[in-house]
Amino acid sequence: MWTVWTVWMVWMVCLVPTTSEALCTEDDGYKVRLSIKTALGGDAYEWNESEMFFFKATLAFAMRTYSGGEQYDVSNILVCDETLRVSFVFVVTKPSNTSELVPRTEVENAIKKSRHRINSAFLLTDQTLDFVGINPTLAAPIQYDTPPWLIAFGVVMGLVCAGIVALLVSTFLNKKRSKKSADEEEAGRGNGILCESIRGKDGLFNQGLVDDDRLTKL
Amino acid sequence: MLKLPNPGLDERILSHAQLEKLEVEEAGERPKWDNKAQYMLTCVGFCVGLGNVWRFPYLCQSHGGGAFMIPFLILLVLEGIPLLHLEFAIGQRLRKGSMDVWRTINPYMMGVGLASMCVSLLVSLYYNTIIAWVLWYFFNSFQEPLPWSQCPVNANRSGFEQECERSSPVDYFWYRKTLNITTDIDQTGGLQWWMVLCLISAWAVLYVCCIRGIETTGKAVYVTSTLPYVVLTIFLIRGLTLKGSVSGLVFLFTPDLNELANPATWLDAGAQVFYSFSLAFGGLISFSSYNSIHNNCEQDAVIISIINAFTSVFAATVIYTIIGFRATQRFDDCLGGNILTLLNTFDLPEGNITESNYDLALESLNATNPDIVNRLNLQTCDLNTFLTEGVEGTGLAFIVFTEAITKMPLAPLWSVLFFVMLFCLGLSSMFGNIEGVLTPLQDLKIFPKSWTKEAISGVTCLLCCCIGLIFVQGSGNYWLALFDSFAGSIPLLITGFCEMVGVVYVYGMDSRFNEDLVFMIGHKPNIFWQATWRVISPLIMLVIFLFYFVTTISKEFFYIAWDPESAKFPTLEQKPYPTWIYVIIFILAGIPSLAVPGAAIFRLLQMKIKHNDVNLTQKQAHRPLLSSVHFKRCSFIIFTIIFSTYLFK
Repeated sequence: MWTVWTVWMVWMVCLVPTTSEALCTEDDGYKVRLSIKTALGGDAYEWNESEMFFFKATLAFAMRTYSGGEQYDVSNILVCDETLRVSFVFVVTKPSNTSELVPRTEVENAIKKSRHRINSAFLLTDQTLDFVGINPTLAAPIQYDTPPWLIAFGVVMGLVCAGIVALLVSTFLNKKRSKKSADEEEAGRGNGILCESIRGKDGLFNQGLVDDDRLTKL
Repeated sequence: MLKLPNPGLDERILSHAQLEKLEVEEAGERPKWDNKAQYMLTCVGFCVGLGNVWRFPYLCQSHGGGAFMIPFLILLVLEGIPLLHLEFAIGQRLRKGSMDVWRTINPYMMGVGLASMCVSLLVSLYYNTIIAWVLWYFFNSFQEPLPWSQCPVNANRSGFEQECERSSPVDYFWYRKTLNITTDIDQTGGLQWWMVLCLISAWAVLYVCCIRGIETTGKAVYVTSTLPYVVLTIFLIRGLTLKGSVSGLVFLFTPDLNELANPATWLDAGAQVFYSFSLAFGGLISFSSYNSIHNNCEQDAVIISIINAFTSVFAATVIYTIIGFRATQRFDDCLGGNILTLLNTFDLPEGNITESNYDLALESLNATNPDIVNRLNLQTCDLNTFLTEGVEGTGLAFIVFTEAITKMPLAPLWSVLFFVMLFCLGLSSMFGNIEGVLTPLQDLKIFPKSWTKEAISGVTCLLCCCIGLIFVQGSGNYWLALFDSFAGSIPLLITGFCEMVGVVYVYGMDSRFNEDLVFMIGHKPNIFWQATWRVISPLIMLVIFLFYFVTTISKEFFYIAWDPESAKFPTLEQKPYPTWIYVIIFILAGIPSLAVPGAAIFRLLQMKIKHNDVNLTQKQAHRPLLSSVHFKRCSFIIFTIIFSTYLFK
């Protein structure tokens, strides 16, 4: 009796891993690729058992968040096909029944919901932490109340219009000023001689004779 | 020496004694430069334009790199400098705008002035549209990230816009967001409101700078002519510190002396020298007519030519550092993509395949698993292919360069600097173009005498802005390319040739022009000037014109269009022009060119009529040569033809 029980235990122990291996296929789960060196360069961390444990825990967290509190645990995340690339396949089993898998679509939605948290946990991005088959939702485009280019346009046009107005006004003022001084000159014109030029000169200095002096130099 | 009969020349021009008196008494209503620096900066600004930045580097690279300098410099000396000196000297001597200069030399040569004015007008129309595009990009540079750095997402946020996905973010922003281009020239696509706003702002800025003629232009050039050099220097320093810039420079300057045997190289060099100096537009003649009579125009011509040549080479260097950077980035991305594919397929650890051992690794993988490697469809990454994508013209500025800018840190800053530089380069050239339009309009007495300078320039700018709306429709870019190829090429060559012949053989070199130069600058022009003015330069111009004419006539008429439906998208598709385009081409190239003989024939007929009528009445003798009424009628007819063809096509 006792030997039968031991043999049965040994058989179970050998079978369970193979059962879990049988569950873990790429068709039922997702392939993950990490490009740590590309993302972090010199600060890249080493991928080891602890990192894998962390990953399983993160996925369990994602499943818990999506399912609204169902008690997913690290043991519910099964991993296989690990390569040196740092790529592997994972599947998620139900917490209530470890031989039953969570459907792919649910896993996909859970990951999409917590994608940003998963990326941040590993200091990676959508491109460097690649879930093959799950396309990242693109960030919403930035919406501006006023497009920035209209603001720049408004500033430039404002300056230009101010410049045009200033120049036109100054021309207009100059014209008025020169017209006024021309009017004053007109008022003072007697017989072609400006009053101002002979005012205070005893009336002897005649402008009309000045040019002649130049010509008659001998 | 051959000299054509030219009766009555002495009555039409001021003698040396009269010029001296004018100079000393500072009488005369002609505007003047405040100082020599303003004049030099204005001329430099007019000559140095967008062509120096986006045409010369492309020519240099495609015609044998460093070897292109040889034909360029030779033709600069034999063609550019003599023509420049000629225009400066004749303008300074006759002290008139381009229209009046030719009317003075000989009334039969007035067609040359008309042709210059027409070309200046047509070029102004489309050139300011390019400035409007530059302004659009400038306005859009004040955001992070730049709008052309990534594709916009489509409606359900599952992917990017299809058109952008298939081409590239910069292509999409240029063709869709800026131009909103239609698939062919027949479809107008309607006015694009954002471009209309930019066009209005471009013309408004031009108006505020030209409002009082050289009084305001002279102040504006302190900024517009010097800022490009500052920005180019900044870009040079920035460019040299970027990865891959040196490969760009090596690519640009590596000489290929075999290209010197290719006649196309010499032709392109000659054409580039001619257009780069903005000769035959009439603007340079106008500018130098505001100088004092004893200004040393010989020295000015040489200095400006040297500055122009230096700027071309300098700009080419800067552009190709940035192009080298972009090509290296693209090459790295291409190679990186291939490496990632290989690593993912064969599950190799990261860092196993790098850029240095890529070829070896690929070979070994191909040896072991050839079918898997073949199925991957790896791209071939060649740095030279990326470097030759340099392109020219608007493609260089708005596609290639903007893409390179997005990859630099602090991209908005570089974008703002770059487009400010392009704006200044374009605006300073526009000053010369608009001068070549405004001064002849004043000479022709189109506008009533009571109108002020501000009003005349305002009305001209407003009219040009309205006609320029052609270029901001959906099909505007195709129209612009049309105007660029036909309005700004053949008529200029004809006008330039006629200018030389006119001054040398009609005005007279021996007894007049040489004496004028002795009077103005103190010594007779030496054998170099004599030889180039009389024989060498006209000959070069004639050869270039004939080749240009023959190649234009013989080549098939097609244009390249952005058509998302085409099979080769995103490569631009070649489409044939519709038949009604030939009317437009005739108006653009034919009318200015035919104005040269046309005005002479018109004058001949008028003289004949006068001869017959002089026996009948004396009053007819005082009719003006080409009255403003005739001109208004002709221009009205021309524009009606343009618009009716455009409406009824």
